[in-house]
Amino acid sequence: MNWVKSIIVGIIAIAILYVLNAAMSATGFFGIGIDDYQSRLLVFIAINVILATSLNLINGFTGQFSIGHAGFMAVGAYASAYFTVTHGKAIETSLSGLGETVASSIVLLLAIGIGALVAAIAGLIVGIPSLRLKGDYLAIVTLGFAEIIRIVILNIDAVGGATGYQVPGYANFLWIGIFAIITVVVIHNIVKSDAGRALISIREDELAAEAMGVNVTRYKVTSFVIGSAFAGVSGVLFAHYNKFLSTNDFQFIKSFEIIIMIVIGGMGSMTGAILGAIIVTLLPEILRLLPAIQIGETTFQFADLRLVIFALILILTMILRPQGILGTTEFTDFFKRFRRADKPTGGLE
Amino acid sequence: MDTFVQQLINGLTIGSIYALIALGYTMVYGILRLINFAHGDIYMVGAYAGLFLATSLGFAANPSAFGFVVTLVGSMAIAAAMGMAIERFAYRPVRKFSKMTTLITAIGMSLLIEYLFVFFFEGKPRSFPQLLPNDNITLFGNATISTSQILIFVVSMVLMVILQYIIYKTKIGKAMRAVSFNLNSAKLMGINTDFVIAFTFALGSALAAAGGVLTAQYNPKIDPLMGIITGLKAFVAAVLGGIGNIPGAVLGGLLIGAAETMVVGYGSYIGIPSTYRDAVAFAILILVLLLRPAGLLGSNVQEKV
Repeated sequence: MNWVKSIIVGIIAIAILYVLNAAMSATGFFGIGIDDYQSRLLVFIAINVILATSLNLINGFTGQFSIGHAGFMAVGAYASAYFTVTHGKAIETSLSGLGETVASSIVLLLAIGIGALVAAIAGLIVGIPSLRLKGDYLAIVTLGFAEIIRIVILNIDAVGGATGYQVPGYANFLWIGIFAIITVVVIHNIVKSDAGRALISIREDELAAEAMGVNVTRYKVTSFVIGSAFAGVSGVLFAHYNKFLSTNDFQFIKSFEIIIMIVIGGMGSMTGAILGAIIVTLLPEILRLLPAIQIGETTFQFADLRLVIFALILILTMILRPQGILGTTEFTDFFKRFRRADKPTGGLE
Repeated sequence: MDTFVQQLINGLTIGSIYALIALGYTMVYGILRLINFAHGDIYMVGAYAGLFLATSLGFAANPSAFGFVVTLVGSMAIAAAMGMAIERFAYRPVRKFSKMTTLITAIGMSLLIEYLFVFFFEGKPRSFPQLLPNDNITLFGNATISTSQILIFVVSMVLMVILQYIIYKTKIGKAMRAVSFNLNSAKLMGINTDFVIAFTFALGSALAAAGGVLTAQYNPKIDPLMGIITGLKAFVAAVLGGIGNIPGAVLGGLLIGAAETMVVGYGSYIGIPSTYRDAVAFAILILVLLLRPAGLLGSNVQEKV
């Protein structure tokens, strides 16, 4: 049973996460500790893993090309933030009998539920009309929808409008990590299920898939809605970790960043999306470590070149290795060669 | 009535700029089936090239028609060279790969140009010098038209006529039409398709750069990210008119420009605040793609198995 295995792996990962969380305070975990900067990086890796794997479901496995993922992240972030700002405190006090940690966790879980639901509805509204389009038209329409979502949010005064929105900080490293793992496990299981085969068949050849009886539109919309829901979850976590929301966080460049993650890693590979999320989060930090360079009068920092370097990586990846670092291979595929030859493997590999 | 005429003039001014940029999108799409995401940034490069030429050649200090023409033509030439370079080094190597690969390359190219400019020229807006004396001419009532608006109409009209001449009356134009009809057949007929594609990029980029310099005369604030939204709107204009269709791109540009200013001017009466200005084009795009995907002047293409 494949899904049982992946859930077990997920539980082990959550256990490791718990240990890491214990190491967060400087005194914890045999006194080694992880400082604030490192834990912040780990959090952003986890949020980006959610974004990258969910977009990978749409772009990598279903073969659609959405470049408006940040829009759904914004929907989830703002919807849940509105909920916690208006109702969070009240729910927390009414649950105070359960202890502070449990009460705030329940508020966060409710917020995640709301964020995912609202983002899924937004995904449905955007997906039904636009998934009739193909390739580059779909790309432009999703980009347009993401921008419309951003402008609409910018004009809602109840969520701060242009001045930004203060959000209570319910999310912490542990919850964000747990949801990153849940996202990876759920999307992995979707891809390995019958529905996942249908999605991959749409990616490989839409007309042939339709001829084989796959309800192309339904599967495309479903994958788009699931992807949007997880983008919403990442938005909820981002909002409640960052404690501040501004529509500037969800501009074109954010959507492009997510695209860069899955393209570098390899579209159609779970491992690739995770790897891409790690690279895109860490690269700016690595650049920051490089010394400043002086040319003539001006000095410049490599960190200022962050987006230039991303763009170059994107173009060079396309020219030299269009399938990305991993293509469609997974991390587990590297261990396949060590399996015994007489052991039968699945027929549909 | 006065305000309506005023809004219409302003709308058609912006619309002419969109039309100039949309022509580049539509020509490249017609030939390569590629949305050249970097095209909006070429428009920005054109404006910066104009700024550079105007200040370094001293036209900024004493405005003259000669200075304006030199700046315009010079920045068009710079942008054309840049368009050809982008095609040669980024798009040509990936042309044989899937459509998604070329699209991602185009997105990468767009980001590269934007953030190189942010890096070298800083993100904050710069002011563009007036190259021609600017006056307001009162038409009737309170509606006015400025010389820079007249300039935009006249120059874009002239450039569109020149483009029409190149495409329908010259040998290279015939080759362009052949390549857009069928690239492989054109190659078999002895057409140097690589050259034709490079020429198309040069032509489109020159028009976008002209748009950049003209916009800078009308609204003298230029910044490295000015091409993103304008480029996307121009793309919407190309789709609205029917992508691959040259008169369609012009029609689409004018319609988008007019629609946008009308929303700014009258949207508040029907509950649309003027801050939705940038959303108008995208709403139009979505409606067009759903109701008439081929665009106003385009023809439907049946997908073959």
